[in-house]
Amino acid sequence: MPDPQPPAIELRDVSKIYPGSPPVKALDDVSVQIGRGQMVAVVGQSGSGKSTMLNVMGTLDQPTSGSVLIEGTDTSLLTDNQLSAIRGRRVGFVFQRFFLLSGIAVIDNVANGLLYTGAARPRRREAAEAVLERVGLGARRWHKPDELSGGEMQRVAIARALVGEPAFVLADEPTGNLDSASSNSIIELLFSLHGEGRTIVVITHNEAIAAAMPRQLQILDGRLVRDTGTVPQ
Amino acid sequence: MNLAPSRLRPSETARVGLGSLAARRLRSALSALGIAIGIASLVAVLGLSDSSKSALLDQIGALGTNLLTIEAGSGFGAGDAALPETSVATVSRVPTVEATSAVYAVDAGVYRNDLVPEDLTGGISVYGTDPGLLGALNGEIARGSFLTEATRDHPVAVVGAVAAERLGVRNLDQPVRLYIGDRWVEVAGVLEPFALAANLDRAVLIGDRAAERYYDTELAPATVYVRVHEDHIDATRDVLAATVDPENPEEAEISRPSDLLEARSAAESSFTSLFLGLGAVALLVGGIGVANVMVIGVIERRGEIGLRRAIGATRAHIRRQFFTEALTLATLGGTAGVLLGVAVTYGYSLAQGWRVIIPPVALIGGFAAAVAIGVIAGVYPAIRASRVSPTEALRSA
Repeated sequence: MPDPQPPAIELRDVSKIYPGSPPVKALDDVSVQIGRGQMVAVVGQSGSGKSTMLNVMGTLDQPTSGSVLIEGTDTSLLTDNQLSAIRGRRVGFVFQRFFLLSGIAVIDNVANGLLYTGAARPRRREAAEAVLERVGLGARRWHKPDELSGGEMQRVAIARALVGEPAFVLADEPTGNLDSASSNSIIELLFSLHGEGRTIVVITHNEAIAAAMPRQLQILDGRLVRDTGTVPQ
Repeated sequence: MNLAPSRLRPSETARVGLGSLAARRLRSALSALGIAIGIASLVAVLGLSDSSKSALLDQIGALGTNLLTIEAGSGFGAGDAALPETSVATVSRVPTVEATSAVYAVDAGVYRNDLVPEDLTGGISVYGTDPGLLGALNGEIARGSFLTEATRDHPVAVVGAVAAERLGVRNLDQPVRLYIGDRWVEVAGVLEPFALAANLDRAVLIGDRAAERYYDTELAPATVYVRVHEDHIDATRDVLAATVDPENPEEAEISRPSDLLEARSAAESSFTSLFLGLGAVALLVGGIGVANVMVIGVIERRGEIGLRRAIGATRAHIRRQFFTEALTLATLGGTAGVLLGVAVTYGYSLAQGWRVIIPPVALIGGFAAAVAIGVIAGVYPAIRASRVSPTEALRSA
């Protein structure tokens, strides 16, 4: 019997080794649970394996050994297409470099978060409009991404991650390309989303930001060396 | 967890592909242009060769393929080659012969007036002939009238198309006279060019009896023109030489002027295959252009590919997107190419006065070739795009 309320994400003895000479051990036997509604900061030096951990959590990458459970489902048993479905419906990604499509309006960039769910366009746009209001960009919905500031672009990317109502949001250095004012507003947005009960995992270099988060995971050479909290029972 | 699989509506596949092309308008247009030029050249080559061939065949059909000519061979003593005087009479007794006419060489020069020096003949020959010539050759009169039974005995001339130009015979509103030999001759008419007897275009024709009376011409034909029953052309051809000159059949040369036009048509066909080859090369280059754009696109758009994978696209979705783009480029190029090829064919054919014929195979084949190019040029980049690892794509983009 699966747990009636399994954690949003669970890594069990996860290792990730990139082949080469010598092979690179990006994750070394990491086990961690992230409960529903938690807000977690992942910190560590460049090359410590933070991004690999995030990618593995979001099924963009598969571990060499160990297993990743998303809402109790062991993803190692799933096909490539099923993993795509999980990413499309249960995971929201936010990247340092936004990855907005420059040719289409903000609203359609956000609506693209639902593109591969098969939802019809009017329904996608409707959802996009609502979530754009939520991130404070309702008025900018018909602009093209290159008409926005960096902070606004990242809000669009966050809206795209949220539009499918994912189980959790994974943000890889969401403020890495932003000035401090924009960074602060993005962090505030993430906190207020957390306040609404969303599960959020944020990679950050910024110690002040990390310190403000309820739980911090520190990665060093692929190992989880510090965890300030556990899944509340 | 029971998840519905990732799904992209077909209409969205099209929208995604078209959107990507629209975002790179210039590059898309240039690569489609490559295809368009290739297809246009194929369609135009096929269209123009068919149109020109049909013009030739129309001409051949109008003139009839049943005209045979008999000329004196270049045998010994052929300096002033002529056929026996009885030729016309004997030939017209062959049952399969429908019409006969002949021209007789007249030993005289043609001049605008009596002041032109005698050796400046302008390369124009004078022939005597009978009123049946025009009908036998399917010729036409441009102005005035041809020789008749009445004018056959009199110093009256009909001028060939080229000769009329050289002699300055433009219109016959005023009586026009030419100085032939040592006497003035009235011009009764000007001929249109003969398709099957170009030598008569550079000649002035007078009545055969007039030639005999005024220029002492022997009525031994230089050329006999024979219209033969369509179904018996070859059989008749075989007996004509012996009919004309039973003693020396080898001295009569029989030819069929329409063979010349048919040879021309065949020669044009061989050029057609050459141009088709060149068109195919152009199309190949266009196809490589599309493949190139797609391959570069896959490299440049790794970030987009990674993002799409992150928001739920399967490998198949990525593959279909890039394939749709290549196919769309090629289809747009193909459509533009077919239209361009048709326009070129129309323009050139109309300028040449040909009937416009665009073979369906050119239209369908041109379009199909474009689609095939799109498929071939799209498969590899599409597969490559779908194999890009999402994390790799997001990192290196």
